[in-house]
Amino acid sequence: MSQAFRVPGRGRVDSARTVTFTFDGRRFQGQAGDTLASALLANGHHLMGRSFKYHRARGVVSAGSDEPNALVAVGSGPALQTPNLRATQVEVYEGLTAVSQNRFPCLQFDLGAVNTLAAPLLPAGFYYKTFMWPRSFWDRVYEPVIRRAAGLGVAPTAPDPDHYAFQYAHCDVLVAGAGPAGLAAALAAGRSGAQVILADETAEVGGSLLSDRTSRIDGRPAALWVADILAELAALPNVRVLTRCTAFNYGPHNMVALNQRLTEHLADPAPDMPRERLWQVRAKEVVLAAGALERPLVFEGNDRPGVMLASAAQTYLNRYGVACGKRAVIVTADDSAYRVALDLHAAGVTVAAIADLRPAPDSALMRAAQGAGLTVLPGTTIQRAHGSTRVHSVELARLLPDGSVGKGQHWRADLVLMSGGYTPSVHLFSQSRGKLAFDERLGVYIPGESAERERSAGACRGVYALADVLADGAAAGVAAAGAAGFAADAPSWAVDAADAPGRGGYAGALPRRGKGLLAMAFVDFQNDVTAKDVKLAVREGFRSIEHIKRYTTTGMATDQGKMSNVNALGIAADALGRPVEKVGLTTFRPPFTPVTFGAFASHARGDLFDPDRRTPIDPWARAQGAVFEDVSLWRRARYFPRGSEDMEAAVRRECLAVRGGVGIFDASTLGKIEVVGPDAATFMNRMYVNAWTKLGVGKCRYGLMCRENGFVYDDGVVGRIAQDRFHVTTTTGGAPGVLAMMEDYLQTEWPDLDVWLTSTTEEWAVIALQGPSARAVLAPLVDGLDISAEALPHMSLVEGTIGGVPMRLFRVSFTGELGFEINVPARQGRAVWEAIWDAGQAAGITPYGTETMHVLRAEKGYIIVGQETDGTATPDDAGCGWAVSKVKADFVGKRSLVLPAMQAPDRRQLVGLLTEAPWEVLEEGAQLVARPDEAIPMHVLGHVTSSYFSATLGRSIALAMVSGGRARVGETLHVPMEGRTIAVTVTKPVFYDVEGARLNV
Amino acid sequence: MLLIRCPYCGERSEIEFANGGEAHIARPADPMSQTDEEWAQYLYMRDNPKGLIAERWRHAHGCNRFFNALRDTRTDRFVMTYEMGRPRPEIDAATLAEAAR
Repeated sequence: MSQAFRVPGRGRVDSARTVTFTFDGRRFQGQAGDTLASALLANGHHLMGRSFKYHRARGVVSAGSDEPNALVAVGSGPALQTPNLRATQVEVYEGLTAVSQNRFPCLQFDLGAVNTLAAPLLPAGFYYKTFMWPRSFWDRVYEPVIRRAAGLGVAPTAPDPDHYAFQYAHCDVLVAGAGPAGLAAALAAGRSGAQVILADETAEVGGSLLSDRTSRIDGRPAALWVADILAELAALPNVRVLTRCTAFNYGPHNMVALNQRLTEHLADPAPDMPRERLWQVRAKEVVLAAGALERPLVFEGNDRPGVMLASAAQTYLNRYGVACGKRAVIVTADDSAYRVALDLHAAGVTVAAIADLRPAPDSALMRAAQGAGLTVLPGTTIQRAHGSTRVHSVELARLLPDGSVGKGQHWRADLVLMSGGYTPSVHLFSQSRGKLAFDERLGVYIPGESAERERSAGACRGVYALADVLADGAAAGVAAAGAAGFAADAPSWAVDAADAPGRGGYAGALPRRGKGLLAMAFVDFQNDVTAKDVKLAVREGFRSIEHIKRYTTTGMATDQGKMSNVNALGIAADALGRPVEKVGLTTFRPPFTPVTFGAFASHARGDLFDPDRRTPIDPWARAQGAVFEDVSLWRRARYFPRGSEDMEAAVRRECLAVRGGVGIFDASTLGKIEVVGPDAATFMNRMYVNAWTKLGVGKCRYGLMCRENGFVYDDGVVGRIAQDRFHVTTTTGGAPGVLAMMEDYLQTEWPDLDVWLTSTTEEWAVIALQGPSARAVLAPLVDGLDISAEALPHMSLVEGTIGGVPMRLFRVSFTGELGFEINVPARQGRAVWEAIWDAGQAAGITPYGTETMHVLRAEKGYIIVGQETDGTATPDDAGCGWAVSKVKADFVGKRSLVLPAMQAPDRRQLVGLLTEAPWEVLEEGAQLVARPDEAIPMHVLGHVTSSYFSATLGRSIALAMVSGGRARVGETLHVPMEGRTIAVTVTKPVFYDVEGARLNV
Repeated sequence: MLLIRCPYCGERSEIEFANGGEAHIARPADPMSQTDEEWAQYLYMRDNPKGLIAERWRHAHGCNRFFNALRDTRTDRFVMTYEMGRPRPEIDAATLAEAAR
């Protein structure tokens, strides 16, 4: 029984190319050009999924991106399976593998369907009402159960092996949707010479025209007219047509995001092809031609497989050559369903009856249906559809003049088509912040006042007659091109033989006979929201449509209420006793259809996620086997293990090597800013807490910077290269912020100062040579420069050369030892490093990393901004009050530092801590309290900011910020830890060489 | 993504810019003469208007210049951008209404 429902001679699929695919492990055949849904329907297979909450059997309802039920997972394997794709959009190819979702053990028999029996216990707001108590049950019972039951598809577990592309684009006119209106608009704008992008979410442009066997445009069948227009567009170099490309987000200032699917429809895509491409299009003007979506009807059993939209059955028949059943019953409130009936009848499908909800429908189409011998039942509703995994019959009943429903009559049918009229697709318009307006005539919301530079055309603004749609599209194209600066003429076409569109439609739940306490009439198929749920929400006091939406979850599924919103609104309006236009519509949120995470991530994965900043010495350190750590975007060598050393062993060895001989350290990541100009010293005086006027050329000073609120922001050594030139260093992570803050003050507060700021961070490689032997190693290399203690004392600098390479040599130390920081142009950094390395071999030169640097500076009590300080520490808190100029009239932060709170004696101040046991290393971040036996919550006095084992001292050391800490030196405090408390003695924060004798040698 | 007109470089995407908070708040010429209250006002107190705001932007990934902008906070419409140092421009009612739309 292969493709028994295929109608020969109908449809646009390639009847010569049969493809084989599997669905739930079963092999099926389809034709090239089929979607998964049309191919399954061609095999008479309607059951495609299970519903979210009640696990009810569900078939396909629509033929497009509005499909709420037929969600499938495509592909196989832990990385390649993509969940929650709409079968109506998945194109079949040879070897496609798809599986249904949300069922156990299988689609035909799903244990979860017992939820339907429990439906009376699962009303709207069930979760809020039920899982309130006991509280202790939430973590252990409710949440795990709910989590297991929740969700539809299963996310892949392995990294996505595909790659995704990203592109920015600019255009004069972007047209979203390539149905009749979009094609007309694109052609009108394209002919004017404007740069046009036309995007459509389907595989083929043409929209409704591809399903239209009746209309003639300029005497040509609609589908042939589409081919003509597409050929002309393709020949225009200024027009780009993108298919399988969904405009899913309308952002501010006319930036529209498109998601283009490039390989998903291919059996064997080229391996270097991206799977999807995300477009960010900045359009001067936008034409929205999104079309309209048919509304389902809300009645008991409207979700049974075999119940679908009338327009969908028409599309499957005329576009894909598939009859969705053998015997159809049509229920409609709109004339368009009569055309569907005639098309089905002509294709050999029995149309048993057409029930029209309107009491006295009268149109040429209806008469044509009657003329073809079809049974038309005016004033008739559908009470119920019967069946479980497939509909087998319906009960139709008269609508009585008093509004009640009469006795029902059974009709056999394997296909039930519903037509509740059309809802304009206003999603993108709504995302653009345009105001929706209620159209009384059509009973739906249409675009009102625009917020962006866009206009809607065709069915998405309630224009349905084909001749009007084409004219509307052409006019919109002309208007858009004109607004973008291109004179355009509106093309015109003669439309004949088109149907006169109906003005019918229905919003809300159909009337029914009896209370229907157990009846399930679905409003939102994807979230399993019934008419009763919406009514219950109103009964329980919800008045705002936004609250009703959240309480019932109607319209909150991945389809964003494409099918459900207007019906939910109708039911709510009815229950509230207010007209629909007074209740209002909920906000449409992006994306229009779901977009893969891969498309959003695009190239920003793995190594391309962030810029990877590496120093010129980096390759050398890697060759030495260094272990690295991330410091902001920099990769820094953390330690250099020898043999089987772990970090602790390596750091002890590196520390002792520096203190006892000489160590070499890559400090290139230090932020560097060149401050130059006649007013450079004035500027420095205002930016830093220190005084700079008297700093001599060739001298260095530790600089401390506050924000205007008086808290420490950054620090670093500053050297005066010339009267008008400072070499400023900052912390590794703080460099961009410091430069931005300097620029801020310079540009906005003191534009009168003649100063130039240049980031030189990456211009200089910085090699720190530290330890008592440092001078002996360096002296022979610096081309005769005198670097003796007399010529180059601590905190001074000199310019010279090292092996012929220009150098700024700083005599500074972040270790407490005799030290030099050798600044050379970055491109020579590696060579200079290796020259020093070679020269230092006799002295046992040892490379050390950031971890050793941290230990050495902590032994000396040197702070690290961001470790000892946290944005609430003043210079004095951090033990750097000595750096603050007392004589300067002003600097950034000065006024704040004299606020009373900034001088309170109980502020947290930097201190040292020593544990009783020398081997005990405190945990950084641990809290400090006064008494070990204090009741919880304890009064916290401060916290540990840095803590290490010091090989030099043979014991642990720690720095801490403690309330009134400097007055507590000698006191014992306590560190409460899990299960025990550690006693510590408060000390001064300098543990080693307190008088600084080792620096001044 | 907003489209912002840098007075020096022209229209560029929002990702090139950093917002610098409310504009036209001058640092007092002599901070030490300020009372605590005046200083707190300068440091912390900012308008949060529903409507037109004058704010600073920095073309961080471009020319790195600061400039001022008038933007409607309800609609994200920019009325204009202008160089630092210029006073806040007067905006007529029609332009204001257009920005609010």
